Amino acid sequence: MALPTYDEVVAKWDPVLGLEVHVELNTNSKMFCSCATEFGAAPNTQTCPVCLALPGALPVVNEKAIESTILIGLALNCKIAPYSRFARKNYFYPDMPKNFQISQYDEPICFDGYVDVEIETEEGPKQFRIEIERVHMEEDTGKSLHVGGATGRIHGADYSLLDYNRAGIPLVEIVTKIVPGTGKYAPEVAKAYVAELRDILRGLKVSDVKMEQGSLRCDANVSLKPIGSDVLGTRSETKNVNSLRSVERAIRGEMIRHAELLNDGKKVKQETRHFQEDTGLTRSGRSKEQAEDYRYFPDPDLVPVTPAAAWIEELRATLPERPSLRRKRLKEEWSVPDKEMAAMINADVLDIVEATVLLGADPTKARTWWLGEISRIANEKELPIAELSITPAHVAELVELVAKGELTDKLARQVVEGVVAGEGTPSEVVAKRGIKVVNDDGALMAAIEKVCAEQAETAEKVRGGHLPAAGALIGAVMKETKGQADAARVRELLLGHLGVN
Amino acid sequence: MSSLSRDDVAKLAGLARIEMTEAELVELSSQFGMILDAVARVQEMDLSGVKATSHPQPLENIARPDVVQPSLSPEDALSGAPAQEESRFRVPQILGEAE
Amino acid sequence: MINKTAAEMADSLAKGETSSVELTQAHLDRVAAVDGQVKAFLHVDSEGALAQAKEVDARRAKGEKLSPIAGIPLALKDVLAQKGVPTTAGSKILQGWLPPYDSTVVSKLKSAGVVIMGKTNMDEFAMGSSTENSGYGPTFNPWDLTRTPGGSSGGSAAAVASFESPLAIGSDTGGSIRQPAALTGIVGVRPTYGAVSRFGLIAYSSSLDQAGPFGRTVLDTALLHEVMAGHDPKDATSINAPVPAVVAAAKSGDVKGMKIGVIKQLQGEGYQKGVQTRFDESLQVLADLGAEIVEVDCPSFEYALAAYYLIAPSECSSNLARFDAMRYGLRTGDVDGASAEAVMSATRNAGFGREVKRRIILGTYALSSGYYDAYYGSAQKIRTLIIQDYAKAFAQAEVLVSPTAPTTAYKIGEKVDDPMAMYLGDVATIPVNLAGICGMSLPAGLADEDNLPVGFQIMAPAMQDQRLYQAGAALEAALLSKWGAPILTKAPELKGAK
Ligand SMILES: [Zn+2]
Repeated sequence: MALPTYDEVVAKWDPVLGLEVHVELNTNSKMFCSCATEFGAAPNTQTCPVCLALPGALPVVNEKAIESTILIGLALNCKIAPYSRFARKNYFYPDMPKNFQISQYDEPICFDGYVDVEIETEEGPKQFRIEIERVHMEEDTGKSLHVGGATGRIHGADYSLLDYNRAGIPLVEIVTKIVPGTGKYAPEVAKAYVAELRDILRGLKVSDVKMEQGSLRCDANVSLKPIGSDVLGTRSETKNVNSLRSVERAIRGEMIRHAELLNDGKKVKQETRHFQEDTGLTRSGRSKEQAEDYRYFPDPDLVPVTPAAAWIEELRATLPERPSLRRKRLKEEWSVPDKEMAAMINADVLDIVEATVLLGADPTKARTWWLGEISRIANEKELPIAELSITPAHVAELVELVAKGELTDKLARQVVEGVVAGEGTPSEVVAKRGIKVVNDDGALMAAIEKVCAEQAETAEKVRGGHLPAAGALIGAVMKETKGQADAARVRELLLGHLGVN
Repeated sequence: MSSLSRDDVAKLAGLARIEMTEAELVELSSQFGMILDAVARVQEMDLSGVKATSHPQPLENIARPDVVQPSLSPEDALSGAPAQEESRFRVPQILGEAE
Repeated sequence: MINKTAAEMADSLAKGETSSVELTQAHLDRVAAVDGQVKAFLHVDSEGALAQAKEVDARRAKGEKLSPIAGIPLALKDVLAQKGVPTTAGSKILQGWLPPYDSTVVSKLKSAGVVIMGKTNMDEFAMGSSTENSGYGPTFNPWDLTRTPGGSSGGSAAAVASFESPLAIGSDTGGSIRQPAALTGIVGVRPTYGAVSRFGLIAYSSSLDQAGPFGRTVLDTALLHEVMAGHDPKDATSINAPVPAVVAAAKSGDVKGMKIGVIKQLQGEGYQKGVQTRFDESLQVLADLGAEIVEVDCPSFEYALAAYYLIAPSECSSNLARFDAMRYGLRTGDVDGASAEAVMSATRNAGFGREVKRRIILGTYALSSGYYDAYYGSAQKIRTLIIQDYAKAFAQAEVLVSPTAPTTAYKIGEKVDDPMAMYLGDVATIPVNLAGICGMSLPAGLADEDNLPVGFQIMAPAMQDQRLYQAGAALEAALLSKWGAPILTKAPELKGAK
């Protein structure tokens, strides 16, 4: 039987979601030891007796990690537990040195919260509330490199090489309650939720939230039930979903896969699946002979976490504006059309535009630069916009130079190019490259007369009232003046010269 | 009397990643009845309303400042490795998926 | 020279009558002469010890202020990590492992100038009461080489009792310092949980483990206690409070007016006659010294052994998961095509001994889903009741007492095939560990029927360790005048001794 289309799936089935997001905190040191957490360090240079689980070593909790987790909980409208504990999750795996993970089990530090997300639907913007079950602290595992075999993947490898630099980096796990009622919008709601989480975490400055580096990872649970039914279907858990786009694709893909099985009268297997970026499909994980029994118990090497109420309130007072509210506010303050606002969010330039505006730039101009020319350069160089050497201060300066008439838009683009090339601030680039607007009417008139003489036929047409022909003349004048003239002024003088108005 | 079958012991040995010989499985299952009877005495008392103690000292909120201290040198980190390659621990092929 | 107490040796060193190098060499000679029979040491670090001794002598020559036991040799239980020195915890799975770091206890010893002579034998991962569970063969009791010195710190106790070392360090999870001290006729203290850092102490049962000192006298033991204890930020369960004044207490040794509680449940039936006799006699000595003896009731102690044999195996099943052939230690079965999982399982089977495997399996069972509440959960509640019983008892008495072990040293091999009989030997020591308080064992004399040492146990509330020393020193002094000489002088001479 052919795969059902997405529309066929949602006509018959109602998806239920559950999302588990793992966030690596950006603390200086690891969760339970004082090793550095820098991304990309040489293998096993950020390890110690504790994170290598050498015999005798003991964990001590990083206080910043506790603070960051409470901040996350507060930002997600959670309750903060007056008493919570760490528990050991026991299972053997070579990338986990102790062969247990220190995590939290039945006593998480934050619980019962929610996040509201908004998506565009055919009927206009629609809000969904995602309820948060729990937010808890744990530690990351090491990284393995699979050597030999055809694909470099775990299957068929001859052996593996382990680097424990990542082992013990603080992780926060954010688990939703089941999310019903999203219908055909399930994939988009999930994506919007992860995006909202990412923005919240970024606003809290507790994580780098780089999905491509794995500092934000999402596991998506999906099940289907017949529309109108109260009975939940069997869920699959898809791991490895490492971009916002993948969240949407993975859920859509799983919905179609489940529906195909169910339509055929088959059963969905409760299992872990792995998302494949290249195909957009999920692959079944190696099934275990028996369900893991993690034998959780309170970690006897660590003591309870009992944050004082006053401290929690102090932290609550430092919470930044909620990203969705901020977006609404900025949209109004800057009078941005919906489409442009969405474009800014998509391109991830909201922060940078705001910084530029705060430096005095006109919001529309600032937005246009970041979304236009600078985004184009970033795309061309295949770099995130934040990694270009142009800053909000540069753009604010540029906008000012244009406003003062010291640069034309066209010249300003050359300046941007110079700034990105590392030639200095806009003023420095202007000075170095000798860029200036030609405002000398005499020089312009000389150029106009020259061009009109060279292109007498065209000049005649314009004189006869055929204004569109003026464009070619103006272009030629601009070329003659090496682009340093103000095109508007050239047009004015040209038309005057040819006696039309 | 409590007991654990040979298969129960084999399942536990699997969870604990100990590949026991048949003789060991049989011996352990024969000893377990007596041991379990002895430890099951903890269920003899009325424990309703008694709180569990997982830790002998009433300590709370012990944490360290988020300050980086020197790590081991990679040579020291790998000094005990049964096998190594390119400053990494070399281990046999891993069959299962990560969690 | 080696027959002196550590305090006397320290005095000689301070006066310049001898040097640490001479003292260390004398003990190394003794080890060479008798350890072939006693087998207290797994590794003797002659070179390292003499280098440390030389350094202390140089510091002393320069007039530096040194700790009271600087320059004194010490035997270290192989459960504590010492940088660059083989550390095995008595297990084949760690054979050849050289720790790249020092445990906090070792750091403290080093900075106090204590000379670490080597690593002593122990039951594998401290699981056992006779040192017979060592992966490297048993240690023999210097009182009778056919008997066990107790355990799990049997190597450390035997080293002190055979004059191979004046001081030693052990660890006590269910009685592993106090019981071997009792069986070898020396003093051993398990400090309050959290008083001595566990950083670098290879974990058996994290909520019960505690390292502590051995000596031939109460004062020697106190001198070592003071050096090894203290808060450690690397151990989240370490208590941030000053070290109790144990040395001062050991020097004062006074029980006049002290209320001493005898625990009803820890005597009588099941205790060897000679053990009970020496215990009762010691009580009379204390009463004669002016102590008030009262009886206290601790009904939950009857369940302590059961709770212990659930909690300790549960924690150990998780603590010992790290020995997996991936990063250090033994690796077996790594044949072509073998998976990591297969190598782990084969190595853990080959590297762990019978008792360790037994406890790992028991702990895995007790924590597994469906059984957690009945076993581990109930054991944790018994623990609460034991703490409450102690609190009530300590409201009536400043210290509590009992025999340390129900019997004197037994024959090697006698209980090795009967785990339950072996477990019963810990009945009097385990409640201290479950409650996290402190306890001492000191010699109460020899049992009439076998002429083997009997231990007298003193218990005190958490962070009141000085009370152990105060009562212990008083009893020790009274018994010494009764015996006319230290009890160890009554031990037979070892062959080859000079
Ligand atoms: Zn580390």
